[in-house]
Amino acid sequence: MLFWVALAVLAPILAPFPPNAQDFAALAKPTPSAAHWLGTDHKGRDILSRLIWGARIVLTVAPLAVAAAYLIGTAMGMLAGYFGGWIDAAVSRVSDVMLSFPLIILYVIVIANIGPSAANIVLAVTLASAPGVSRIVRGLVLELKSQDYVAAAKLRGENAAFILIVEILPNCRGPLIVDACLRLGYTTINIGVLGFLGLGLPPPDPDWGGMIKETTALITVWPHMAVIPSIAVVSLVLGFNLLADGLNEMTRQR
Amino acid sequence: MSGFILRRLAHAVLTVLAASFLIFAVSEFSPGSVARKMLGPYVEDVQVDILSQKLKLDDALIIRYLRWLGVLTGAIADPLADPALNLGLSDPRGSRYFGNFGYSQLYKAPVNDIIWNRLANTLLLAGTAFAIILPLSLAFGVLSGMREGSRLDRSLSVAGIVLTSIPEFASGVMLTAVFVVGLKWLPGISPLEARGDWSIAAQLVLPVAVLVLYDFGYVARMIRGSMVEVMGRAYVRTAFLKGLTRGQVVLRHALRNAMIAPFTVLLLQLNWLITGVVVTEMVFAYPGFGRMLLEAALFGDIALVEAAALTALLLAVVTQLVGDIGYMLLNPRIRLA
Repeated sequence: MLFWVALAVLAPILAPFPPNAQDFAALAKPTPSAAHWLGTDHKGRDILSRLIWGARIVLTVAPLAVAAAYLIGTAMGMLAGYFGGWIDAAVSRVSDVMLSFPLIILYVIVIANIGPSAANIVLAVTLASAPGVSRIVRGLVLELKSQDYVAAAKLRGENAAFILIVEILPNCRGPLIVDACLRLGYTTINIGVLGFLGLGLPPPDPDWGGMIKETTALITVWPHMAVIPSIAVVSLVLGFNLLADGLNEMTRQR
Repeated sequence: MSGFILRRLAHAVLTVLAASFLIFAVSEFSPGSVARKMLGPYVEDVQVDILSQKLKLDDALIIRYLRWLGVLTGAIADPLADPALNLGLSDPRGSRYFGNFGYSQLYKAPVNDIIWNRLANTLLLAGTAFAIILPLSLAFGVLSGMREGSRLDRSLSVAGIVLTSIPEFASGVMLTAVFVVGLKWLPGISPLEARGDWSIAAQLVLPVAVLVLYDFGYVARMIRGSMVEVMGRAYVRTAFLKGLTRGQVVLRHALRNAMIAPFTVLLLQLNWLITGVVVTEMVFAYPGFGRMLLEAALFGDIALVEAAALTALLLAVVTQLVGDIGYMLLNPRIRLA
């Protein structure tokens, strides 16, 4: 994973070619060669360069979407968990509706209606994952609000916002960090899925999912064009998931 | 207990109503007039205006939603079927019946002529995949949860992480590269027509494999987690101390209790398999429900998208309802409360 982050940051230096530069000579023989290490795609564009530039996109869009989902989800969950009553009922009902709906259908409807762009991908992913975050936060707050230090803060006369943000939120961080890592993995998959379905970044931007979509039709002739970006997606998601697993072990041991 | 079921049922109906309004609002409130989407890009503005007037599309959103509900339940006739509009749309079922979803602009036919066939295709795919995922993940989940930290347990947990990290489009591409391009054992597309060299069974192998690979790791890990928790309970220790063998303890005491938590997860998988398999269907050109929804959404086929989304929603709510009730029946502590 660090490998991909480094690649993304250093993209302008490392990438041997601009992402959309076409090498027409390579069209005749697109397989990996000395000039194009991972070969070129159906339009003669260097796959390695597109992967590196694409990493930049995934690694900005995914964390942005997860952060936005956390902002909204945490606020919803904290309010629901802390105040209970009708606020809890309303928030939980909304999350239930959103969660019972297959995510992919949500994405398809939202993106198909508002059009594909990086901002809209963030919006769709945020909408889809905020309820999940809210549910986790709500559970954690319910558990923590009966703790002595919360009662102490209440007796000191602190208001609810202070108690939630200063007393409760920091104590939720363990499980939330693990969940955020898992969510980064899922979001990476989902961004790939959107690209693959033609709902990702509009071409010719180097979107990993889009790269696979454009070249699967050619898989019988030039399998490397679709297989190499697939391996890139898997390696990044695997990185996030292993990180989440490691963090999970760490928080459990403590 | 019947009170609990009734309350859940009321919740479900409310959920469906609220969400169906959202679906309607998102698809009909979208930029670009509804009439324009129905007529396509090649008509004059005057015609668009005429249709907008005839369909009363300038009314408030909530009124249009109620009218849509009216058509859906058969209370009022579908205004699109009016021969005066000259859209060439007709439905053999008539223009007033329960479950009237209107007309698909993409296929130029009543939605009901298209959607059920596609749903049946997806059910075949989802059912086959589920029939493989269920026993496989049960077996592995229970075996590794029985002895936490054993070699089987550790390899399963690594395999689970790896498998859930492979998105469907990636495994689809890789399996195709190996089995279709390399070994030439299987067909690369699954149109479900027994044309050419490949039987329908052969066409199902790869799509089912992709779904099983993606889902198995996750379900097995859920079952394992629940099993590990139950094996640490006091009544399991008592059973061991009583002198029962490991097999007896697992079969008589642990298994039933360990199945309570994953029950809901399993139902949700079924739900996901039926409506969430868009990617797999796209990879293999499978004529299923998800691909239909995607094509309709990209085309701007409002009626079909609404119908498909509503079907997906109903399925989701029903599985949740069944999950809640089943959970209650399985767990005596809730049942008797």
